Amino acid sequence: MDVGPVASAGRPRILTPGRSAIGGLILALLLLPLVGGQYAQYVAIQVLILSLFALGFNILFGYTGLLSFGQAGFYAVGAYGCAKLLLLKPSLLFGVIGGTLLAGAAALVLGVLCIRHTRIYFSMLTLAFGMMIFSMALKWRDFTGGDDGLVGIPRAPLEIPGLVSVSMASMGRYYYFVLVVSLLAIGIAYRLVHSPLGLTFQGILDSEGRMAFTGVSVRAYRLIAFVIAGLYAGLAGALLPALENTVTPPVAHWTTSADPVLATLLGGIQAFAGPIVGAFLFFMIKDIIVRFTEYWLIWLGIIVVVLVMGFRGGVVSLATARWRALRPGREGT
Amino acid sequence: METLAFQGVVGLSMAMYLWLISAGLTIIFGVLGVINFAHGSLFMLGAYLAFTFYGLLGWNFWLAILLSLAGTAVVGWVMERFFLRYLYGVDEAYQLLLTFGFVLIMDDAVKMIWGGVFRIPDIPTFLEGHWPVFGRPFPVYNAFIIAAGIVVGIVLWLGFERTWWGRTVRATASDREMANAIGVNVPRVFSGVFMLGAMLAALGGALGTPVRVVSPGLGAAMIIQAFVITVIGGLGNLKGAFVGSLIVGVLSAYGTLLFPVFELALIYLIMAVVLLVRPQGLFAR
Repeated sequence: MDVGPVASAGRPRILTPGRSAIGGLILALLLLPLVGGQYAQYVAIQVLILSLFALGFNILFGYTGLLSFGQAGFYAVGAYGCAKLLLLKPSLLFGVIGGTLLAGAAALVLGVLCIRHTRIYFSMLTLAFGMMIFSMALKWRDFTGGDDGLVGIPRAPLEIPGLVSVSMASMGRYYYFVLVVSLLAIGIAYRLVHSPLGLTFQGILDSEGRMAFTGVSVRAYRLIAFVIAGLYAGLAGALLPALENTVTPPVAHWTTSADPVLATLLGGIQAFAGPIVGAFLFFMIKDIIVRFTEYWLIWLGIIVVVLVMGFRGGVVSLATARWRALRPGREGT
Repeated sequence: METLAFQGVVGLSMAMYLWLISAGLTIIFGVLGVINFAHGSLFMLGAYLAFTFYGLLGWNFWLAILLSLAGTAVVGWVMERFFLRYLYGVDEAYQLLLTFGFVLIMDDAVKMIWGGVFRIPDIPTFLEGHWPVFGRPFPVYNAFIIAAGIVVGIVLWLGFERTWWGRTVRATASDREMANAIGVNVPRVFSGVFMLGAMLAALGGALGTPVRVVSPGLGAAMIIQAFVITVIGGLGNLKGAFVGSLIVGVLSAYGTLLFPVFELALIYLIMAVVLLVRPQGLFAR
């Protein structure tokens, strides 16, 4: 007998297990600088950056079914764009927002061309454009600094003219900046994915033909997904220059495009939190393995192979399946 | 004028390495429908094995090449038989990801076993020296590479068009189920084709050992070039891969001479344009 509805009908539950877990996590992230040192903050920033990068990638791959191998191109546009702007005018928001928008613009232009294809041809096309951006970063010396990249990028203060000006010199402050920006961006992505827009993406993934019959322009929605992915890649890249004080061509290389792919695969493609969990695992695996051996990529490769062979849902869907199995079913009791 | 003509011949020898690696990639895609990211790593493995047998141990040049082909074929067989075989039914994105996992494993495994970059071993004595070409000395070894590429092309063409084995493979490529129904052992054909592809990659790597530096980054660099070529020629089109190799090889030889700044970008631009205008490749029937 189903007693579920009666049990939950009493009053709306504000503190669900899921929500309290997220609240706890955010609290832990806020407190991190108090417990962790410079290095912990540095790694945490990198996890957040990869989370954003992978989150955007997954809106394209997990929700729309397009596997892009050129996301590093937009990541690099964000990074180089932000670096150039910071060198021009040392204002953090100016650089980050500018870099993100530049990447979005690049994604719009290239997206119009890329979404003409799907499946392997789409992957190859994004790879080609991504590597074109890489070649420009490497060879266009006057603008990008070539091999050496752009150096001496200031970690500019957070300025809103007439309102505030906060120095970002310490790692802790920059960490809080990245954290706030990331939480905002993750929140926006969550709203997007659970809006009619996100449902349309999934509809296209499930049945392209039927969505087209209902009058949905499949191409237009693919382009929207592509631009969103480009914006998130650009934002992730734009957070990089102020952290490292330098930007070099490898950020644009196709092997960098693989990072969000791996993070998403680790965490789980079908779950919203998958890429974020995956980004965390990516750096944990790296951090743990490099303590024992410098060859951590071989272990990452083995993990990838095992995941692809046996656990294509990733860690998050594995965990939720466990959780459901452990919890007594409502109909059982 | 002579410089231009000479550079063309240099490009031709470059094109032959590219042809060997893209031929393997093309055959595997044409028959199995898998884009093999690890193909560049197989090329690298072939180079390292040949280097070990020939450069370090000082064995016979031909024997070293044969052993490197055999070793790489075994690795290819393991990849297909125990991993890829179980993924033919799922989304092709996962096949891509699996082969990318192999890239990570092989790149690091090569670093673990062989360490960093090596010196280049000597060219075998019978391939030493230069021939005058367009008034300039042209290394005999490069001529040997060009000949090897052409021989491989002819052997592949004869093998696919004129033998029973080739017909079986072509039948499997065009319709798996039907081939299965008339008694072709499809899984065995797939394994065989994957090993053939791996050996072609290894041959490219092994032949390059005496003239180019073998380093762990080799795989990632080669696979991208091979992708460009297979896309220009049409995915799964062997003849297209040959012409595509010539285009990319000769173009990058002239590109480094005439417009060094945009040479790299130009190749990717061509790849993108072909994908947009003629996704079936320039040489599709």
